[in-house]
Amino acid sequence: MTVTANPSQNNQLELITATVDGVEVRVPKGTLIIRAAEQLGVQIPRFCDHPSLEPVAACRMCLVEIDGIPKPQPSCAIPLTEGMVVRTQQSSEVAAKAQEGVMEFLLLNHPLDCPVCDKGGECPLQNQAMTNGRPYSRFEEGTKRLFEKPININSEILLDRERCVSCARCTRFADEIAGDPTLELLERGAQQQVGTADDRPFESYFGGNTIQICPVGALTSATYRFRSRPFDLISHNTICEHCASGCSTRTDIRRGKIMRRLAANDPEVNEEWNCDKGRFAFTHTTLDRITTPLIRENGELRTASWPEAIEFAANGLKDKQSGVLTGGRLPQEDVYAYSRFARVALNTNNVDFRNRYASKEEADFLTHHVAANSMHVTYRDLENAEIVLLVAFEPENESPIVQLRLRKAVRKSKLKVIAIDTAAIEGYKKLNAEIILTKPGLEADALNKLVPSLNGKNVIVLVGERAATSSGLLSAVASMGKSTSAKFAWVPRRAGDRGAVEAGLLPTLLPGGKLVKDAADRAEVAAEWGVAQLPGQSGLDQVEMVKAALSGDLDAFVIGGLDVYDVSYHSDFIAALEKTFVVSLEQHYSSVTEHADVVLPVGVITERSGTFVNWEGRERSFAAAMHQSLALTDARVLHLIAEKLGVKFADQAKPSELHKSLTSLKDSSNTSTMSAVASIKVPGILLAGLRQLIDNGSLQQGEPHLAATAREAVARVSAATASANGLVDGNLVIIKSSTGQMVLPLLVSEVADETVWVPLNSDGSTPLKNLSVSIGESVQLQDGGRYVL
Amino acid sequence: MTKLVPNLTAHWDETDSYTIAGYQRHGGYSAVKKSFELGPDAVIAEVKESGLRGRGGAGFPTGMKWGFVPQGDGKPHYLVVNADESEPGACKDIPLMMANPHSLVEGVIIAAYAIRANQAFIYIRGETPHPIRRVRQAVADAYAAKLLGKNILGSGFDLEVVVHSGAGAYICGEETALLDSLEGRRGQPRLKPPFPAVAGLYASPTVVNNVETIASVPAIINNGAAWYKSFGTEKSPGIKLFAVSGDVKRPGIFEAPLGITMRELIDYAGGMVSERPVKFFVPGGSSVPLLTPEHLDVPLTYEDMAAHGTMLGTGTPMVFDTSRSVTQAVVRWIEFYKHESCGKCTPCREGTYFMVDILKRLEKGKGQISDLDLLVDISAQISGRSFCALGDAAATPVPAALKYFREEFETKLVGVK
Repeated sequence: MTVTANPSQNNQLELITATVDGVEVRVPKGTLIIRAAEQLGVQIPRFCDHPSLEPVAACRMCLVEIDGIPKPQPSCAIPLTEGMVVRTQQSSEVAAKAQEGVMEFLLLNHPLDCPVCDKGGECPLQNQAMTNGRPYSRFEEGTKRLFEKPININSEILLDRERCVSCARCTRFADEIAGDPTLELLERGAQQQVGTADDRPFESYFGGNTIQICPVGALTSATYRFRSRPFDLISHNTICEHCASGCSTRTDIRRGKIMRRLAANDPEVNEEWNCDKGRFAFTHTTLDRITTPLIRENGELRTASWPEAIEFAANGLKDKQSGVLTGGRLPQEDVYAYSRFARVALNTNNVDFRNRYASKEEADFLTHHVAANSMHVTYRDLENAEIVLLVAFEPENESPIVQLRLRKAVRKSKLKVIAIDTAAIEGYKKLNAEIILTKPGLEADALNKLVPSLNGKNVIVLVGERAATSSGLLSAVASMGKSTSAKFAWVPRRAGDRGAVEAGLLPTLLPGGKLVKDAADRAEVAAEWGVAQLPGQSGLDQVEMVKAALSGDLDAFVIGGLDVYDVSYHSDFIAALEKTFVVSLEQHYSSVTEHADVVLPVGVITERSGTFVNWEGRERSFAAAMHQSLALTDARVLHLIAEKLGVKFADQAKPSELHKSLTSLKDSSNTSTMSAVASIKVPGILLAGLRQLIDNGSLQQGEPHLAATAREAVARVSAATASANGLVDGNLVIIKSSTGQMVLPLLVSEVADETVWVPLNSDGSTPLKNLSVSIGESVQLQDGGRYVL
Repeated sequence: MTKLVPNLTAHWDETDSYTIAGYQRHGGYSAVKKSFELGPDAVIAEVKESGLRGRGGAGFPTGMKWGFVPQGDGKPHYLVVNADESEPGACKDIPLMMANPHSLVEGVIIAAYAIRANQAFIYIRGETPHPIRRVRQAVADAYAAKLLGKNILGSGFDLEVVVHSGAGAYICGEETALLDSLEGRRGQPRLKPPFPAVAGLYASPTVVNNVETIASVPAIINNGAAWYKSFGTEKSPGIKLFAVSGDVKRPGIFEAPLGITMRELIDYAGGMVSERPVKFFVPGGSSVPLLTPEHLDVPLTYEDMAAHGTMLGTGTPMVFDTSRSVTQAVVRWIEFYKHESCGKCTPCREGTYFMVDILKRLEKGKGQISDLDLLVDISAQISGRSFCALGDAAATPVPAALKYFREEFETKLVGVK
């Protein structure tokens, strides 16, 4: 028998021939013995070995015999070479005995507390002790080394040191993959232990992965510890609902309750990692749920039956000038249902998913350069690029798996990262990025200046949602894509954003990249929806809808999951909601339900199936983990209202039907381009910032251990700006606008001059809500004196 | 009787042997000038020809090690002197640095010149402040005499030397752990390859040599390889510092050709204290298997020691007379290895823990007969399975002790009086 690895790649790779357990193998040069053996079906036991981490050969569990070498050798660190003859435990007494010896040593100081250990049942140590260990211990009378248990390495992760086998997977993950090398092995000998410097917490957005790759029960999470046993769990393949990275996840459920969430293996997307938000922030699915329809009567919401509430909603919407707002959190199928509902049942193109800073230019960019333009740039492309240019996009906070993939490429394939942004945030440093600091609004100029030096190179431009705040930037990106060899991709922040573009939830855009202004496009969509025609006039975007509502030109809103405080014009927004008839489809009580006339409860992400489209344009379909739930989807609720409004669709608004319908509309023949927009220079000190990955977002509520790993909010200014405004590093700074102020500790660091950088939704730093100021708008700074606890 | 050949130790009885004046009075630093005349490749060739082998324990040919450093690779090269002498029983480098530090400094200049290094480090065991101070002074004096720094003796060769104090870990005597420690990390051995000659300190080509090895170089340059090779045997040429300790009348350092016997060294050391006969001895520090009186006339060479199942190691024999308990000696040694195990690999970290547990039981007279076989088995599970040589070293004392003194161990079992 000959086993050949990756036969499809035979032509490109240099292959070598070697023998493992008497079987001839042909594998690419550089293949480690342990990997080659896996392909033969031989499982060499291992602890420190991990395919994504550099070999350390520390645990010595994987020892094998190699002809010509007197001592057994670690198969995790030695590549097969031409003609090498390897014998694993399957065919070598020496290897089997060596492995048995190492296993005996590992169990020496290991507490045999499997019956109460979270890992019991899914534990590599337990399993391999069975397959490669001695049947009994010879350490009968010995005294085990003990540690105080457990200790927190951060608020979310607990460490039982006596269970640790010192494989260093967690410390290597922190150092190599995450770039947060603050987790280290300390002390020596049997006292060796994992720890952090001076009892400071292990600060990482990716720390949860260490729990998942720990081959013993040494690392556990505060959320899951002692909650369940692996054999009581039912696992479901799911897709993370938190951002546009599109991670495959595994949701483990016990008796109808989510117990934990893990990263699933998807080599093309998240490989085998996810961020702590994706791992731990799932309490929102059960927290503060709305369980029945509600109708506002005499100013108060009261419980209503579904038929009553649907009728109430339909009556309120009938013959009204309406607008549809969805936020960016919904699966593509549900947004598609909103898109259809607006055009057919409400006869309007007043649709928008951008409950954030947004611009006409952005809508134009999305319409012409993003919609139906799937898989133009992929994660794999990032790895193969020569230069990745990040524009108004800091991946660690805004799409963390992009950060990990970029970091991998920077380490392994020597990718160069250039970033155009207002501040040199930590994440950029982990990518060794060259940072071009620009004042908000001037990014386009910086980009245009850089373009000539990039010509002819394999360049990928990733532009973030914050680009919408900088006039001319997105049009500059688009024109760069035309004039150079660079490819570009738009990386939104929310999981549903890209799907909303595909579903046509913009005033000028129909599903599948079709244009509202194009009669043929309209006719095609109308035919798919079984109606005679669609409204041909461009609709209003969210900002315009709010204005129209205030001036009396808009009478009603249908609103999916959004929070009015995500925009700086929230007081106008609330006034608009107060003035109009509002139908709110919601999971939780929110700033919208507070002002809604009718509230229709819908299922949370675990209760519905659907598709998220990630930033690549890759469809990430998922089935309902809680498939027994009776909660309705947004699509189903809209369907019911539409029926009451006298609109009958051929389908029943099942996700599969909607997906099929949307797919039939998609074509990438949209070759139109957007028009150029000039940049605008705003004088004064401008606000800059981003939403930190772990902050006060509504999907992160109810998870205090996760919340405590958030980065502390600080205001950052450059040294020049500090001295020009009498600010002192380490002092407090008062940031003021015409409507409010907030006080933050000041950090003088690498920030563009005349700019103050703050987190947008963290404890103590909510400028949209408190200052009613968005990115690129002017604020005043004032020294706030010493910081006293 | 083999004659002593005082070379490094020739002037230790002079009150100023450690000063630059005292060193230069006897021709010190003349080898630097000669090396500059020879050129770096000729220096490497001369050291290769001399057959000098590493004096830190492993006995790797020094000239060959220098030859491994890639030339013209555009990277900085480093010379690192391993002065982290911590082996139980080993006490030769520290006295050498105390009494004759300039031989080390001169050797550093020549070796760095040969491998084209412009930066050298002397990594000295942190628990020993005196040699640190003394070598620092010697380096300062050499700078003052323009023997270090820019354009040494007008040759155009620049060399900076840093004397670095370790932080107290035996593992840092392992060359890659030493490099990690020198880089400011936690001292743990590195995965090889790459070897230090290719990617050592700061991922650049690095030679790590023992103090005695480097200090031996000036005499080889001055007197020629043929002179050096005229001592010792074909496979173990040259002269070496033998530091005899234990139950001898005058413990100390004896500089002699390789091939001298233990019996001769004990004679030089004034014979046994209390006139009790030798019970056992270790020829090269605790990391090598022990020998018995029948081996007193075996020549102390790399090859003869290997032929008798042990190693020359650091060449620092510990001698034990018949009043000593081999069990106790072994317990102390294994406790040392347990204490010093860095923790990186399982066999050394856990195996030493396991052995100490059993040995302590034996020491208290609470052992079982099966414990003796278990000890041998554990040693076999550590030896050749650990990450670095420290684990191998920890596995050596028990099998040898049981081979020669099993009866004594059996008196420690339960129920035996």
